[in-house]
Amino acid sequence: MKKLLKSIYMPILAVIIAIIIGSIIMLVTGFNPLSAYASLFIGAFGTLPNIANTLANAVPLIITGLGVAIAFDAGLFNIGAEGQYWIGAIVATWIGYSFKGLPWYIHIPFALIAAMIAGGLWGGIVPGFAKAYTGAHEVITTMMMSYVAIYFSHYLLEFGPMMEKGSVPQSPLIKDSAVIPTILRNTQLSYGIFIAIAAALFVYWLMYKTVWGYEMRAVGFNQRASKYAGMNVPLNIVLSLSLSGIFAGLAGAVQILGVQHRLYDSFTSGYGYTAIVVALLAKNNPIGVVFSALLFAALGTGSQYMQLNAQVPGQLADVITGLIIFFVAADKIIEVLKSMFKKQKKEELAS
Amino acid sequence: MSALLEVNNITKIFPKVRANDGVNLVVEEGEIHAILGENGAGKSTLMNIIYGLYRPDSGELKFNGEVLNLSGPHEAIEKGIGMVHQHFMLIPVLTVAENIVLGAEPSGISYNRKKANELIREISRNYHLEIDPDAKVKDLSVGLQQRVEILKAFYRHAKLLILDEPTAMLTPQETEELFGIMRNLKKQGISIIFISHKLDEVKEISDKVTVMRRGKTVGTLNTKETNEQELANLMVGREVVLRVEKSEYNPGDVVLSVKDLTVSDEQNIEKVKNVSFDIRSGEIFGLAGIDGNGQTELIEALMGLRPIKSGIIKYNNNNIEKLPTRERYKLGISYIPQDRQQEGLIMKFSVADNLILKEYKNSQYSKNGVIQYKRVFENASKKVEEFDIRPTDYNLLAGNLSGGNQQKIILAREVGSNPKLLIAVQPTRGMDVGAIEYIHKRLLQLRDEGSAILLVSLELEEIMSLSDRIGVIHNGVIMDILDGKFATREKIGLLMAGSQIDAKEVEV
Repeated sequence: MKKLLKSIYMPILAVIIAIIIGSIIMLVTGFNPLSAYASLFIGAFGTLPNIANTLANAVPLIITGLGVAIAFDAGLFNIGAEGQYWIGAIVATWIGYSFKGLPWYIHIPFALIAAMIAGGLWGGIVPGFAKAYTGAHEVITTMMMSYVAIYFSHYLLEFGPMMEKGSVPQSPLIKDSAVIPTILRNTQLSYGIFIAIAAALFVYWLMYKTVWGYEMRAVGFNQRASKYAGMNVPLNIVLSLSLSGIFAGLAGAVQILGVQHRLYDSFTSGYGYTAIVVALLAKNNPIGVVFSALLFAALGTGSQYMQLNAQVPGQLADVITGLIIFFVAADKIIEVLKSMFKKQKKEELAS
Repeated sequence: MSALLEVNNITKIFPKVRANDGVNLVVEEGEIHAILGENGAGKSTLMNIIYGLYRPDSGELKFNGEVLNLSGPHEAIEKGIGMVHQHFMLIPVLTVAENIVLGAEPSGISYNRKKANELIREISRNYHLEIDPDAKVKDLSVGLQQRVEILKAFYRHAKLLILDEPTAMLTPQETEELFGIMRNLKKQGISIIFISHKLDEVKEISDKVTVMRRGKTVGTLNTKETNEQELANLMVGREVVLRVEKSEYNPGDVVLSVKDLTVSDEQNIEKVKNVSFDIRSGEIFGLAGIDGNGQTELIEALMGLRPIKSGIIKYNNNNIEKLPTRERYKLGISYIPQDRQQEGLIMKFSVADNLILKEYKNSQYSKNGVIQYKRVFENASKKVEEFDIRPTDYNLLAGNLSGGNQQKIILAREVGSNPKLLIAVQPTRGMDVGAIEYIHKRLLQLRDEGSAILLVSLELEEIMSLSDRIGVIHNGVIMDILDGKFATREKIGLLMAGSQIDAKEVEV
């Protein structure tokens, strides 16, 4: 328990400081922080549909966040989760609309697994092998592969083979047999949330209880010692980048089958990038990823409500997101603030 | 004689540690005063206080009868205190003269090479420290670089010279030369503080010894009136077995056989050249040599961490030179790498996880790919107790343990698996007397149980006291293999430096 508290203490502190600085910014720019935060909270959790939408928003963030966290754990920076997410979405969409007459219990797993494989290949084959055998930095290669995926899907949708007849750049709707049903009517919350939670538990088990996780983390912390211990370092690099891509691909598929039901040009809202922040705040802990994804999802849904009801620009949520990232990344700053505070206290006591 | 330096009751507290706790020290004029203590005893803290790098929390420093209130090393230098750090502070591409005068050049804006060289020649003549002022520092041997550091101090008119572990990087011959220099300086009235944890050196060179333990000075003795045993006991705080008790040499079959092994480094330069040797069971084979003479490449090749160019490595009569590292471990080879933090441990893994770093895949610890943590923890609590790893909480990260205890984790993993062949590279590097005693005991125990051990060390003392046979490597070539019983310091030292001995007294 004490250990748990210690490990979640810094992220929570980062969030609190970000909220405080956020209110200072609101005060300076002439908004009432109390009413802004109240409406932010109501927007995210105030009603059952709001809660459902927050949860729905969290699903792709959880799954993609898990992918990014696996790579981080292995000492790798998968900045291209966005592209792997697109690849997963493309494959799931295509399987979703082009196979007819499959029962749902075959159609859905088929689409999900195919999307996972595609995402895994996208993240693992090119960036993984390039990193393992030539040392090409994964930040560059995953990023480039991400652009390839995004522009490839633009091509597919804008007068390409996946475009539905008409003038709107979008794919056909997926068949009903491929749809992951909604839990609460008129919300976006589908049973995909259970896939996300199961994925988090699975990743936790994989990374902390199995020999594969042990190896990946060992390689992530210290490649040299891992090599000296007889581990195959290049293989583990490929493996962890592939796994990372597998989860990003799964996220794209769950989003298509559960929420969007078709692919259109602007269907992603930058989940692949937010996922990096999700993993950072969670300190790569798979269970932590669930909670940190919920936080960012809440900021997302809440900010729309806040904009409408408190007339505070929704971008303020982005500012808070940015501040959280800043303080998580710079937790050394928090350490310094803490020690300064302690010193002051000591001096007060002494005098 | 009168006191040059007086340290009165100095205390320095770092967060959680009393690094110096009521320390007292008196150094007389023209005296060589050794400070002896284990790692973390507070020697470096004390020296840094004397040199002005730290300010003491309480206590008083007197130099030449005057109370010192140093705000930094520049003031210490001004007063006549010089220090030669263990890691030299020299600029390799500059000449000797440029390095010495740096920051205190003899004339105005433009650098006057002639004048600087003249000054340095004069100082080196006065103090019998021969050196060529125009030589580039990077071309000098370690011993000569140290001489430059000493000259730097005298160029700034030092009356007290602090030498921090000066012999750590030197060959035996260079150490002798340094001692010669120190005796000369003493004759000229210079006081020297000599920091070391090597008892024999302290005994040989110093007039007085002050022993430190856990931040306190536990006593100052006249060197002549004490012995190594007494000093070691004072240092550790209990009775220490100093002489390694070795049982009869009883070699069995050849376990490792290396023949004509040649290994290149990344730049394709041959670092190991046609090396051949055998190691038998029940034998410790010591590999002596100055750092960087091919030891690293040889060991990495033996472990399958580096490809070999040509040659044969046989283990129990089977060729293993093509086997990957893990397969070699599986055959019963253990390996204590030189750099425990970079090569031997994963600092951010727990002690328990580190203890299975090579065996996590074995059926003992995992089933169908799932690690059986119950067994991992059983193993951890057993090893923690057997090898006295402290603190005993095996869930702590390895990085949170002290260096000595980190080394014990590696020892527990590598020795605890009862290997048939152990390759130990500098197993006691940076350890203190108590830990060294323990590690040596374990190595000898392993030998007596019939394992073959390849011991690579830069400490000649260690090689000589443990090895049954000693191979000396120089520039990638095994110069000779000597019988451990009859090998002398001088002979090994000469071989390490690359000179062949004319008359081979020992045939192998």
